[in-house]
Amino acid sequence: MKWIRKIVEKYGKKESGLIPILQDVQKIKGYLPEEGISDIAAELKIPIARVYSLATFYKAFRLIPRGRHSIHVCLGTACHVRGGAKIMDRLEQDLGVRSGETTQDGRFTVESVRCVGCCGLAPVVVIDDDFHGKLNQKKVIQVLKKYE
Amino acid sequence: MKKDHIQVWVCSGSTCVSKGSLTIRAVFEQEIRKHKLSDRVAVLAGRCSGTCNRGPIAVIEPGHIIYQQLTPEDIPFLVKEHFLKGKPVQRLRTDVSETKTMIPTLMEIDFFKHQQLVVLRNRGRIDPDKIDEYIALDGYAALAKALTSLSPEGIISEIEKAGLRGRGGAGFPTATKWMLCRQADGNPKYVICNGDEGDPGAYMDRSILESDPHAVLEGMAIGARAIGAQRGYIYVRDEYPLAVERVKTAIQQARHYGLLGENIFQTGFDFDVEIIRGGGAFVCGEETALMASIEGKAGRPRSRPPFPAEKGLWEKPTNINNVETWANVPAIISRGAKWYASLGTEKSKGTKIFSLVGKINNSGLVEVPMGITLREIIFGVGGGIPNGKRFKAVQTGGPSGGCIPESMLDLTVDYEALTQAGAIMGSGGLIVMDEDTCMVDVALYFVSFLVEESCGKCTPCRVGLQRMKEMLIKITEGEGEEADIERLEKLARVIGSGSLCGLGQTAPNPVLTTLKYFRNEYEAHIKQKRCPAGVCKKLIVYTIDPQKCTGCGVCVKSCPVDAISGEKKQVHVIDQQLCTRCGSCQEVCSFDAVVIQ
Ligand SMILES: Cc1cc2nc3c(=O)[nH]c(=O)nc-3n(C[C@H](O)[C@H](O)[C@H](O)COP(=O)(O)O)c2cc1C
Ligand code: FES
Repeated sequence: MKWIRKIVEKYGKKESGLIPILQDVQKIKGYLPEEGISDIAAELKIPIARVYSLATFYKAFRLIPRGRHSIHVCLGTACHVRGGAKIMDRLEQDLGVRSGETTQDGRFTVESVRCVGCCGLAPVVVIDDDFHGKLNQKKVIQVLKKYE
Repeated sequence: MKKDHIQVWVCSGSTCVSKGSLTIRAVFEQEIRKHKLSDRVAVLAGRCSGTCNRGPIAVIEPGHIIYQQLTPEDIPFLVKEHFLKGKPVQRLRTDVSETKTMIPTLMEIDFFKHQQLVVLRNRGRIDPDKIDEYIALDGYAALAKALTSLSPEGIISEIEKAGLRGRGGAGFPTATKWMLCRQADGNPKYVICNGDEGDPGAYMDRSILESDPHAVLEGMAIGARAIGAQRGYIYVRDEYPLAVERVKTAIQQARHYGLLGENIFQTGFDFDVEIIRGGGAFVCGEETALMASIEGKAGRPRSRPPFPAEKGLWEKPTNINNVETWANVPAIISRGAKWYASLGTEKSKGTKIFSLVGKINNSGLVEVPMGITLREIIFGVGGGIPNGKRFKAVQTGGPSGGCIPESMLDLTVDYEALTQAGAIMGSGGLIVMDEDTCMVDVALYFVSFLVEESCGKCTPCRVGLQRMKEMLIKITEGEGEEADIERLEKLARVIGSGSLCGLGQTAPNPVLTTLKYFRNEYEAHIKQKRCPAGVCKKLIVYTIDPQKCTGCGVCVKSCPVDAISGEKKQVHVIDQQLCTRCGSCQEVCSFDAVVIQ
């Protein structure tokens, strides 16, 4: 695919550019599609397994498509001692998914993160690019209503 | 910005931005224009002042007047009152001290009074996207001095006399590292800034990169000169998009001004910096893993020696320092080693930034001189524990650190004292825990974190931590046996001594320190099948206190499994068969009627 070739060339068509290449592809697609991964390997003339090894080692990469909105529940230490896990449990229950999964209707993907650096606002949930702090179970359910 | 302007610094750190400070700045600008005050009042983007839980924040200078928790609706009124009538708006002024009195200015607030700003010297005072403002406050003067009046050895000698030690965790003397790399054979040489900041609950480095990126660039350029490097990399973790943007802008501006690039200050010194975004793996903060990651590989640590100073990035001599370490360098070169060495203790010099978070009144970033006690930080700067709860422990050093009990709060903050207590200085997270925090649960939390983050290369770490996690789960579920404590201790020793990198070597610390200082909590879980803090779900029940329940029905609505019943205005009851122990009824009850047993 042409757009993939462009990205690969942007980083000098070198294997050492693999991480930023994957980051750019994911930025466009929201995840790393199978064809994309094989195209990258072909462009760089390296085994597909090399690309998968990186794509599965780093947490930032995803191999399956995501819902319309991504929910990141912070489970960093500050958020943990202020009840982050309770919020995660509640979301899992109300949305009927486990952490890492997407709801049936494709509305939300729920994941955990370890600290987003807003610890003063713990517990924190990041939905798409919006930070929501000082939450409890009731507030987080309220907040979800804003995202269709 | 003209010097005689009144300045409105609206914080543009991540936390304040997330709470809408960009809109607030825009409304400020609009109102100032509307009232034709533009030639008198300048609205500026300030850097993080550290009181993030009070955001969005604006500071008015001169006068250090701080307005907190602003909303866009507050601004028209504020501008009218403060700038037209000259009356500061009391309602919006800060109240961060435990005394709950009105406090007039920034420096009189407890939160700031005990702090000493070296690294955060430009805190709240410059717009990070404008290199001119950094330069106006003597920015890049240290680089000029280093290039024109010091030899590379002279620079290293200043850093040595200052006694600077690495802020990334282990506290290795920075000058020694630089000298080793300078003397190593091989060309080219590299410098790296470690901005991976993996410790959960800590955000010092993020704040520095976002609000004073030039301080890091300047420090790296000085270090590169000392070592003989011409190229630098800043590795920033994936979760910090704003930091990446700010650093990119700073690099462009510095290049434009000739402060990066070729022949800097006409001295023949060439140096340039590239930014690398991490892939979101905790272990990539470890230096050898980080370098593998820059090379485009999976970030798995390798054994040392060879150390990066001899064989680092692409097998070339490399010096890697933490963000905060680099940001200290310009201050040392400008103000001199003697001044710097006068701060702190005999072996730990200068200041340290902590992210003071958790169960604490004033949470945020604090920069304090080394040698201050933990008690002063928590009860002086931090204003103690909220809601009249009792302090239980403070966790330092992230997943490699430990939990320090109340009896040891007079411990001074220096590398040796903290290590001796079984914790470590670490990168600067201070997570405060109160009586409602279960220490077995905390140990399980860190071990689970490390199980996820272990790269899997060596067996003690990969398998040992997994077994440790299973044992801790067993204990928190009330299935523990007395022999488990000894098993945990034994396993901890094996993991600690047998692992390949720092991740596994320090992984047992949270378990060992909680076992050492809070053994009674483990015993309560094991022998009495009880969680004293009321956290471990399998060992607690929620009930409603009939004395306190007013029958308002709020809990009924909040319960996700319809386990609560009761007529309006009658005492409610929880059906223990249905209850999932999620605790949402307790969160919403205004009468403290939901209790844990
Ligand atoms: C598992 C692990 C994670 C680490 N994470 C970080 C980190 O996030 N940031 C950091 O500066 N150093 C981290 N370090 C320490 C680095 O390996 C290295 O010692 C440090 O960057 C050196 O800088 P300094 O001398 O300025 O402290 C980590 C070490 C280990 C073992
Ligand atoms: S621990 Fe949640 S934001 Fe830092």
